[in-house]
Amino acid sequence: MPYDLEFERPLADLDKRIQALQRRGDRLRPDERTQLDGLRIQLDQRAREIYRNLTPTQRVQVARHKNRPYTADYINLVSDDFFELHGDRRYADDHAIMGGLASIDGKTIMLIGNQKGRDTKDRLERNFGMAHAEGYRKAQRLMRQAEQFQMPVVTLIDISGASLDLEAEQRGIAQAIAESLFVMAGLRTPIVSIVIGEGGSGGALSTSVADRILMLENTIYTVASPEAAASILWRDSSHAHKAAAAMKITAQELLKLKLIEEIIPEPAGGAHQDYAAAAAAVKSAIIRHISELEQLATEQLLEQRYQRFRAIGVYKRETVGASSPTT
Amino acid sequence: MRDESKPALPVVGHNGAHPDAVHTLPTNLAVKCPNCRELLVGKDLERNQKVCPRCGYHFRMDAHERIDMLLDRDSFEEFANDLLSADPLGFVSDAKGPYIAELESKRRATGLNESVVVGKGEIERMPLIIVVMDFRFIGGSMGSVAGEKITLGIERATKDRLPLLIISASGGARMQEGLFALMQMAKTSAALRRLADAGVPFISLLTDPTTGGVFASFSMLGDVILAEPGAVIGFTGPRVIEQAMHQKLPKDTNTSEFVLQRGMIDTIVHRRDLRPTIGRILRLYGAASKRFV
Ligand SMILES: [Zn+2]
Repeated sequence: MPYDLEFERPLADLDKRIQALQRRGDRLRPDERTQLDGLRIQLDQRAREIYRNLTPTQRVQVARHKNRPYTADYINLVSDDFFELHGDRRYADDHAIMGGLASIDGKTIMLIGNQKGRDTKDRLERNFGMAHAEGYRKAQRLMRQAEQFQMPVVTLIDISGASLDLEAEQRGIAQAIAESLFVMAGLRTPIVSIVIGEGGSGGALSTSVADRILMLENTIYTVASPEAAASILWRDSSHAHKAAAAMKITAQELLKLKLIEEIIPEPAGGAHQDYAAAAAAVKSAIIRHISELEQLATEQLLEQRYQRFRAIGVYKRETVGASSPTT
Repeated sequence: MRDESKPALPVVGHNGAHPDAVHTLPTNLAVKCPNCRELLVGKDLERNQKVCPRCGYHFRMDAHERIDMLLDRDSFEEFANDLLSADPLGFVSDAKGPYIAELESKRRATGLNESVVVGKGEIERMPLIIVVMDFRFIGGSMGSVAGEKITLGIERATKDRLPLLIISASGGARMQEGLFALMQMAKTSAALRRLADAGVPFISLLTDPTTGGVFASFSMLGDVILAEPGAVIGFTGPRVIEQAMHQKLPKDTNTSEFVLQRGMIDTIVHRRDLRPTIGRILRLYGAASKRFV
């Protein structure tokens, strides 16, 4: 994949030199071969170095990168078999959320994820991954089925936010999201959620009331998109970079705040540079966390999930006499 | 704040509601009704439970006005009022300054410690847990403290097997607390799951406005969902939809009437009928497990 982000310019330069040498193939002199090897090492090191120190806004750019692996790519690379289940049995099949039975190392799990769409036609059909009520209701149907058959649930999160058009309101998107939270909170089977790109607002939360929330290294999870937050809190969406920093939305910051359990490392230069390596890391995280959660009795699992969310919140207690409100 | 020194007035309001429930508007000031543009005298408006006598427009009420209007006199016992928002992200924005300062100024302006008031009270002598949101406090937004107080209310209702009433008035999750705020949607909904499993009824009352992450979590999980007439109720504000989607919306989009027509709520209740209506609902659910004979 090309290095096309602005902060990747040093990588693009190195890559160009590597490509030029590679094109000559067998005609390379021995010293040029050594040079090529050196450049490859240099690229890898520089990529790691740059990616270690990304600003929140740069992290957003990578999380939204058009070449980033999407749910469908992870499904292909992680599962040996996948049978997609369609429709919410009430209204429609929402292509912004896909899910089905996935076979991973001989075990069947329910795999559900947001799907943004790759080309223009696909993106339009999937509403850029912004799910409607029927998408959340399909996810609920699949989760209830997972519970029925004692299958663990894995959700992949990659959504800028729930759909915000008239149709969403007409079909009760708020009710659908609320019900998803309610269903997941009491679902009697292990749930692992992995943010693979963008985790945006209620649309992301509605499939991530999980026992473990993991984030890939270059992803974000936020109460509102930086642009939306900036237009409210800065009264100007062009201040999105400030909102991105202020809201602490990167995997690194959220791990520090103890809002997520783990960061899954990405290959040098981001997941889009090496789908296979990214998927391998995701697969091993799925297997490890599900295996751990399956050790727990169901009541214990539900209690831990409850306490996981119950404990979230930072506040203080008013000391008597101090800062008492005046009217 | 409740004014305990105020002398008790005879009850002359509609259907048992307290006529002295409203006391934050300057009584002699003229207020223009935003709906029919009629100039109203503050005290007439208060006497009418902040409903425009001419067109029926429901003005917003603050948390203690709600409590005074709905609960039996002096039955309210607040709890968890000592919880104060911290600032988990060290949040500062150019337009609004430091979050901590905004909290302090809202505290001073409203006399509230947060956007949510929670406690135990009675309606027509039936005890219940009541949670009330106050839109004046940073748009009634839900951060850690609001989420915690709502959850404490739900947990108390579950433990004591008392019906729960939550009155929403909120723009949604509080952005200044980032993901901590978003996660309160999951926290409150998880607590409601336990309330439901315990078989304790939850009445959700949606008032102007109920939007965003509040609408998309506990507000929509009521066993009975009521709304006041003409309230803005929706996941996204109508203007935001129009701007983002370049869609022209029908006039009543995302109102109480819209969500009723779409099957999202049970009924719309005029403010003067709220107290007796909630009383009826409490009595009906309360007698659910009784046997015939
Ligand atoms: Zn009027």
